[in-house]
Amino acid sequence: MQYAILIYETEQAFGNRTDAAQAEPYWGAYQAYAGALKQAGLDTSGGILQPGHTGTTVRLKQGQRQVQDGPYADTKEQLGGFILIDVPDLDAALDWAARCPAASYGAVEVRPVLPAPAMA
Amino acid sequence: MTTARRGVEIAARTAYGRLLAYLVSRSRDVMAAEDALGDAFVAALRTWPEQGMPPNPEAWLLLAARRKLIDAARRAKTRDKVVHWLETDDCTTASAAPEELTFPDERLKLLFVCAHPAIDASVHTPLMLQTILGLNAHQIGSAFLVSPTTMGQRLVRAKAKIRDAGIAFEIPEAAELPARLQAVLEAIYAVYTLGWDAVAGGDARHRGFTAEALWLARLCVDLMPEEPEAKGLLALMLFCEARAEARRTTAGAYVPLSEQDTELWSQGMVHEAEQYLRQAAAAQHIGRFQLEAAIQSAHMQRSRGQAPDWEAIVLLYEGLLQVAPTLGARVSQAAAIAAAQGFAASLQALETIPPDAVKNYQPYWALKAHLLHSLNQGTAAKTAYQRAIGLSEDAAVREFLLGRSRQLP
Repeated sequence: MQYAILIYETEQAFGNRTDAAQAEPYWGAYQAYAGALKQAGLDTSGGILQPGHTGTTVRLKQGQRQVQDGPYADTKEQLGGFILIDVPDLDAALDWAARCPAASYGAVEVRPVLPAPAMA
Repeated sequence: MTTARRGVEIAARTAYGRLLAYLVSRSRDVMAAEDALGDAFVAALRTWPEQGMPPNPEAWLLLAARRKLIDAARRAKTRDKVVHWLETDDCTTASAAPEELTFPDERLKLLFVCAHPAIDASVHTPLMLQTILGLNAHQIGSAFLVSPTTMGQRLVRAKAKIRDAGIAFEIPEAAELPARLQAVLEAIYAVYTLGWDAVAGGDARHRGFTAEALWLARLCVDLMPEEPEAKGLLALMLFCEARAEARRTTAGAYVPLSEQDTELWSQGMVHEAEQYLRQAAAAQHIGRFQLEAAIQSAHMQRSRGQAPDWEAIVLLYEGLLQVAPTLGARVSQAAAIAAAQGFAASLQALETIPPDAVKNYQPYWALKAHLLHSLNQGTAAKTAYQRAIGLSEDAAVREFLLGRSRQLP
């Protein structure tokens, strides 16, 4: 079954990506995590996102485009990346979520991926 | 917080398991007893602040819960026998003044009900946590890393089975005892391990688990003083607990056992553990927990300024592997071999473990990295460190391993 592991990080953690002292442990932990997923033979894909302030949110109101700077939700923890993972069940997905570095300092959400319904 | 509210909390904390076990022993229905006890606590929260704390809060709660249980059983009209039983029960007859009421402690029986072989082994521990400690499915689910919904369903299924399959509410006969005692002790140890892993960083709620596990083990020892393995488990956990303060620096960094400051080990707990271990050994019936406690005891040698007897530790692991061949014990034995016979022998021992079994087992990769590092096999060590780091759940351990890995050229 496919699950999305959604990685939420604080502003500080986003800062660690480029901080001279913190960048190495930050990326080191993620590289190792990605490596462990791969070594486990799991079918994964995913992406790392730029910080929330680089986002732009679009909605149409009465046919008018409304464009807003920043992410959709203004929260302390922002979506920083995601991993799609194919494992037998939720428990296995939760095991991998707990190993995600962000679980120690931010939050990691696990959501089952809904297979798209067949369209005629 | 008002005094009455605190009174209810204290009663909930100290009496929940005792009251629930007693009610279940009469009704045989865990779910109904939980509901009734929950209602009794709500009623206490409502009436105690107005009328003051009753002289015997436990008795008050028991009588209230018993009434709820009778009402519920009457409404269901299918459990006449239960109603009769509840109404005529010696301990709770109306003639007994509530402040004098005492009732037998049925917690140990309830532990054995939870460990019944007809109940899925994966639910043994959660079920004990819920019935004896009153934790909810959400808390238990997070401890076992399954979703609260899943855990809730498993618990409900197990409780329905206790009720519908008519599982006997008793400590099993001698022939059955070893298997079920083992499940009870293993469950208690699992609770301890959850708290132990959560010592830093992790979920603060889990930290209380170590105290709960020690309490459950003491209960087993009190109620079954003849069982050496119960004492072995208590000794094992006391040894581990004695080192709790030394496992992290004040800044929260991980400190491996070999580098711990023995001054920070609690000598009082070590002493108590040694006593239980000695008493257990007197029964001359060795088991998994006594062996594990003996291994811990050997490590404690360091606090007396002596090097641990590593050959003895390797042998104790050999014994442990005979009775409980776990992955953890194999990896730990390999670690002891490193100290007793050198890194190469240790690596050899480690490599006899089938690769499939250790694919996602963090301690294996952490040890392997350390051994390869010590044997100057830099490239292979780096790869192993990467695996270990990627499989770590604990941020402090991850930091520690990253630090080690950085020392490689």
